[in-house]
Amino acid sequence: MAGSGGRPVGVLAIQGGFEAHERMLEGLGATVREVRSRSDLDGICALVLPGGESTAIMHGVEREAMAEPLRERIAAGLPVLGSCAGLILLDRDHLGVMDIRAQRNAFGRQVRSFEADIKLRGFAGPPMRAVFIRAPWIAEHGVNVEVLAEIDGHVVAARQGEMLAVAFHSELAGDARLHQWLLARAQ
Amino acid sequence: MRDEATFRVKAGLAEMLKGGVIMDVVTAEQAKIAEDAGAAAVMALERVPADIRREGGVARMSDPTVIEAIKEAVSIPVMAKARIGHFMEARVLEALEVDYVDESEVLTPADEANHIDKWRFKVPFVCGATNLGEALRRIGEGAAMIRSKGEAGTGDIVEAVRHIRLITSELRRLQGAEESELPSAAKELRAPLELVREVAERGRLPVVLFCAGGIATPADAALMMALGAEGIFVGSGIFKSEDPPARARAIVEATTHWQDAARVAAASRGIGQPMSGLEAAKLAEGELLAGRGW
Repeated sequence: MAGSGGRPVGVLAIQGGFEAHERMLEGLGATVREVRSRSDLDGICALVLPGGESTAIMHGVEREAMAEPLRERIAAGLPVLGSCAGLILLDRDHLGVMDIRAQRNAFGRQVRSFEADIKLRGFAGPPMRAVFIRAPWIAEHGVNVEVLAEIDGHVVAARQGEMLAVAFHSELAGDARLHQWLLARAQ
Repeated sequence: MRDEATFRVKAGLAEMLKGGVIMDVVTAEQAKIAEDAGAAAVMALERVPADIRREGGVARMSDPTVIEAIKEAVSIPVMAKARIGHFMEARVLEALEVDYVDESEVLTPADEANHIDKWRFKVPFVCGATNLGEALRRIGEGAAMIRSKGEAGTGDIVEAVRHIRLITSELRRLQGAEESELPSAAKELRAPLELVREVAERGRLPVVLFCAGGIATPADAALMMALGAEGIFVGSGIFKSEDPPARARAIVEATTHWQDAARVAAASRGIGQPMSGLEAAKLAEGELLAGRGW
């Protein structure tokens, strides 16, 4: 399998819920590298942009001058899974690599956070347990973006080429299907 | 079907704060400075612990006006403190839709026997602990995040180090224990057996562990991360220093790069004087905050 024994899967570890993603990837046999500075991006075969506070993560990405190398690699086809804040990072107003506009904290503050079972188009098996924490949704998207799941008419999962963006956390519920998708596409 | 306020949803927000710095702020302007510096969340307060110490008097939940102004000013999570056992302050904070309630020893305790029954709330709670038993008792009451207490408002790291070292060494001891030893360990820790079993199996708390109380420099933050903290609370250390924006950015950077001393060194340059501080060992018994709660 790609990412096992060979080139590592990068997990952006500036701030946020990166460890839960690392546990999922390692459980699938992948080698994981925490990405905290630019040089950590060299040689990775896929990338997870985890949840966390998008302003704090973006602050760190800029401090590390990592935005441009991230854009280049993702534009060149590096497979990416963005979850919650990671979805926000991919959007037009942040890294600008995915043709979506995220609305931050769209479901409301923490007392409105929730979990639910959702069905993701293209992912076989039972519904996915999805944990939404101060979650965003995708308010607008371009024609090249495939919508994979909606809640109450709001897009919460989408794919564009090698980029998969979800507004929720399946890693907190122990569902590895998104990580399997990533590893299957790893270069 | 949406399930709100499950333990996973409550503990999940703390999971998203990991590797980050939560900063005490008393005004909307300070909250903005914290957010711009890369804070993962802010703690809305009326007075920072150093001022509570200096001015004395009863320390209570903040004025809702202050909390609302701070909520307006930033998009990152806003936490606020309630007095130990003061479930009505916590209800008020929940009604204000703060993102986390800190049932905190920094405020004057309201109940000498009972902590808040945190299971009865939708809003998640973070609580302080000086040892593993205290942490597990708080989790048993529904806390979804733990912070080691340290000694707030001193700028002296020694108590924070004592508490995180004690918690992590007790975790290691439990992990090494046999199943048959766990009931007596639970009794010794005065903690629920079920939680003791879970911790023994996993070797870690079932919730995120941050560190607080006395962090004043980037090296202090990196030290706490190296000792096992998953993130940092900074109270008086930022806005009682000479250059709060620079110090805030530096502590954020050191918290991310704690494994790289050269980066911590770089972050520590040119950030002005830290808060002057009080030596915790010279405080009288009655002035210590960490002993509040049980």
